[in-house]
Amino acid sequence: MELALWTYEGPPHVGAMRIAMSMRDVHYVIHAPQGDTYADLLFTMIERSKRRPPVSYTTFQARDLGADTAGLVKTTVRDAYERFQPAALMVGESCTAELLQDQPGSLAQSMGIPVPVVPLELPAYSKKENWGASESFYYLVRHVLASQPANDTTADAAPEVSASDAPRRMSANVLGPTSLGFRCRDDVVEIGKLLDLLDVDINLIAPLDATVADLARIPDADFNICLCPEVARTLCKWLTRTFSQPVVSTVPIGVGATLDFVREVQAITGGDATTALDAELSRLPWYSRSVDSTYLTGKRVFIYGDGSHAVSAARIASEELGFKVVGLGSFSREMARDVKAAAEKLGVEALISDDYLDVEAAIEAAQPELVLGTQMERHIAKRLGIPCAVISAPVHVQDFPARYSPQVGFEGANVIFDTWVHPLTMGLEEHLLHMFRDDFEFNDAVAPSHLHGGEGATPAALATDISTDAEAANDGSDDTSSPWTADAEKELKKIPFFVRGKARRNTEAYARDAGHDRITVDTLYEAKAHYAR
Amino acid sequence: MSSAALCDIPVKLERGQREVFCGLTGIVWLHRKMQDAFFLVVGSRTCAHLLQSAAGVMIFSEPRFATAIMQDKDLAGMADANDELDRIVKRLLERRPDIKTLFLVGSCPSEVIKLDLGKAADRLSLHHQGRVRVLSYSGSGIETTFTEGEDTCLEAMARAAPHTDDEQLMIVGTLPDVVEDQLARLLDACGIAEAAKNVSFFPPRRAETLPAIGPNTRFLLVQPFLNATRRALLHRGSTHIPAIFPFGVEGTSGWLHSAGSAFGVDRQRVADGYAAPMARAQKALVHYKDTLHGKSIWFMPDSQLEIPLARFLARECGMKLLEIGVPYLDRQTLSAELPELPENLGIVEGQDVDLQLDRVRAAKPDLVVCGLGLANPLEAEGVSSKWSIELVFSPIHGFEQTGDLAELFARPLQRKQLLAV
Repeated sequence: MELALWTYEGPPHVGAMRIAMSMRDVHYVIHAPQGDTYADLLFTMIERSKRRPPVSYTTFQARDLGADTAGLVKTTVRDAYERFQPAALMVGESCTAELLQDQPGSLAQSMGIPVPVVPLELPAYSKKENWGASESFYYLVRHVLASQPANDTTADAAPEVSASDAPRRMSANVLGPTSLGFRCRDDVVEIGKLLDLLDVDINLIAPLDATVADLARIPDADFNICLCPEVARTLCKWLTRTFSQPVVSTVPIGVGATLDFVREVQAITGGDATTALDAELSRLPWYSRSVDSTYLTGKRVFIYGDGSHAVSAARIASEELGFKVVGLGSFSREMARDVKAAAEKLGVEALISDDYLDVEAAIEAAQPELVLGTQMERHIAKRLGIPCAVISAPVHVQDFPARYSPQVGFEGANVIFDTWVHPLTMGLEEHLLHMFRDDFEFNDAVAPSHLHGGEGATPAALATDISTDAEAANDGSDDTSSPWTADAEKELKKIPFFVRGKARRNTEAYARDAGHDRITVDTLYEAKAHYAR
Repeated sequence: MSSAALCDIPVKLERGQREVFCGLTGIVWLHRKMQDAFFLVVGSRTCAHLLQSAAGVMIFSEPRFATAIMQDKDLAGMADANDELDRIVKRLLERRPDIKTLFLVGSCPSEVIKLDLGKAADRLSLHHQGRVRVLSYSGSGIETTFTEGEDTCLEAMARAAPHTDDEQLMIVGTLPDVVEDQLARLLDACGIAEAAKNVSFFPPRRAETLPAIGPNTRFLLVQPFLNATRRALLHRGSTHIPAIFPFGVEGTSGWLHSAGSAFGVDRQRVADGYAAPMARAQKALVHYKDTLHGKSIWFMPDSQLEIPLARFLARECGMKLLEIGVPYLDRQTLSAELPELPENLGIVEGQDVDLQLDRVRAAKPDLVVCGLGLANPLEAEGVSSKWSIELVFSPIHGFEQTGDLAELFARPLQRKQLLAV
């Protein structure tokens, strides 16, 4: 057993639901007890979906257990097929039904349903959501392709791809974007713009908004783009083996990664190097070089998310914004190798864990000035009083913004610059706070003006909460157990509130290491020199 | 009322896909009510995912609920599930010394593999004696629907509560503290508290201080889904005072009168006691009557509050009742409510969600009360909706909340009027 307060990923059948929900004409029958229908709200509430997930549940209860649960599966499959007329049917089970061993997938396959029936066996007691999504997508595609009569009929079924007689542009499949994926809705638009600049046609995007007929055309493309490796890596590998389709595996999040992606695509298309795209297609490079951004230098940032977003964020943070990455982690065990490699390059140890308490402890220990994470880290950061931006699923409803806000490509880099820099005290403003800190208007309780009114306590909380234990130990400066002399304590108070907590911790750590019992004004400045960066 | 009258009400049974939460959801409000209690679900990743999805954005600090997620080795017998559970409980109690009561909550997988959590609770209670009381109940979807999780929890507490022969009135069902205080003041003002000698609320605010129960305990329910709890209290020798539920002016005054007559308080004395708050409730209700009057409402089966709320909306707000879906119908617990419903009403017990949605589309109700999975899709089809989960999270009982209760139903209608996009 494993103790879980919060989970980063749902069970694997929720991953399969994300595939079904992404597709336009796939239905998914889940053998599951009453109550498992809760998962519908992930789509209808968090993503504000206008349609119910295309999912039917057997919703068995105790009284069904003694009776014929297998019969219930068959009824549900038949009813679902007749009512929804899907082009393909996925059939599987949730954790409880797995224990009943009714084999719903095989049962459904024996029913003579006239569309591809994809049996899903997703072990709920060892695997999780992203794995479930990946397996479901892989098996769905394999079943659809296996059900196709022959290649030429496939081409007939999709005449619109070869509509023009002009010199053929190469075409690619964009694989992996899903419902509930982080900013997938906008990323597929942005990747389309990028590929258009590279003279590459999109053969299809899947599973998001794809049809079963689209999946049948996967082999028509010249290559595949593995946009979300958590979902599409398994499929892309198989497509390479089976159809010799090369894979572009760089996830184009950030300016550097986007340029790498461009180079990877052009290596396949033989694209003209003179049309090679310029980093300045994004505003990020100039914004980052502009003087206001100097205050970003060396900001300590903790990064945690799914594998691909965490790795991308680490590169942007270190190479494109000049932050110092003080922690990098992921809940994606399937992506552990990539995350560890990225962490090693940055000289930090990767945290591969889906234990919320481990992540919280790691963030507290790393004392970051900015947290980039999921909705869970938003809560951790809020509690610790540290600014935070969300970079990865799982997310709440507010991370499905109304405005266009992709992560990939050049516009994605613009969005990321704004999203990550906004929570921080802005450069010029930080400078002014220094200059005017003794003015009564600029007391500790005044929030940076761009962080909205009514949150006056936030920055003060930032400074004090970071140093909670130090403050606790110093509860009352006349406490004889405090190592701080009165003069040093007074001097400390002159340091701007938003760095005071860190100054206190650093000074205390320095004093401990140096073996000083008392912290004087000199100790304070010795520590400042010691930690100078 | 005669049992014949109860049987007269026609109820259609429906079997099919049920779009409801399981009883684990009750943890979300139970843990907030009893702040010294911790709820440990023994289940799967699905259980943990359900809880955090239902709890939504309420994550501000470490919650007082968690899931012991069973893994392959627990099922394959490689690890003794009981040893694993003991290990997890030990870790939990070390981490949270403030916890005085621990609920082991059964789930679908723990029920199916027949993990005996009752025995585990006894063993752990003994092991951690003096430190924590361990109780168990089932919140599994195969046995409980949504609010039934509160029922099974309170049932377990009712069984564990100490014995007393003292006379008392016990108010049964989870209420927000503020509503509890209002009801306590009302019972006092109506002379009922004095006649009853002692008034207690169940569940208590601290699980540690379980109220004593015995043959001289008479109890009133405030929630219509406490069937098992009612039976457990009867089993302890207590007496149930049948009453309608304290929603709206009629509900609250009727509820108080049932209590008053049980304790021999003069009817006028009771009416005098609640006159002022009742006048406030009537005044508050006026604001919403125009919006609600004549509008049609449809209840999908969900929280089990459907029948008392339908009674309130029909009788006090003038709404037109179309179909009332209930997950299950306990005629005993609802014995005072059912006769108050309009005649020729369609009550449907159970659910086949697809068929039900077909009927909704055909009937085009002005408002549908439903779960979170259905609300936005209905809105997208032009049907206004009210999330039923809000009805269990918001204070809606009693005179002082009567206006708020009506407002919950009026808001989606008013918003629809307001929006020009």
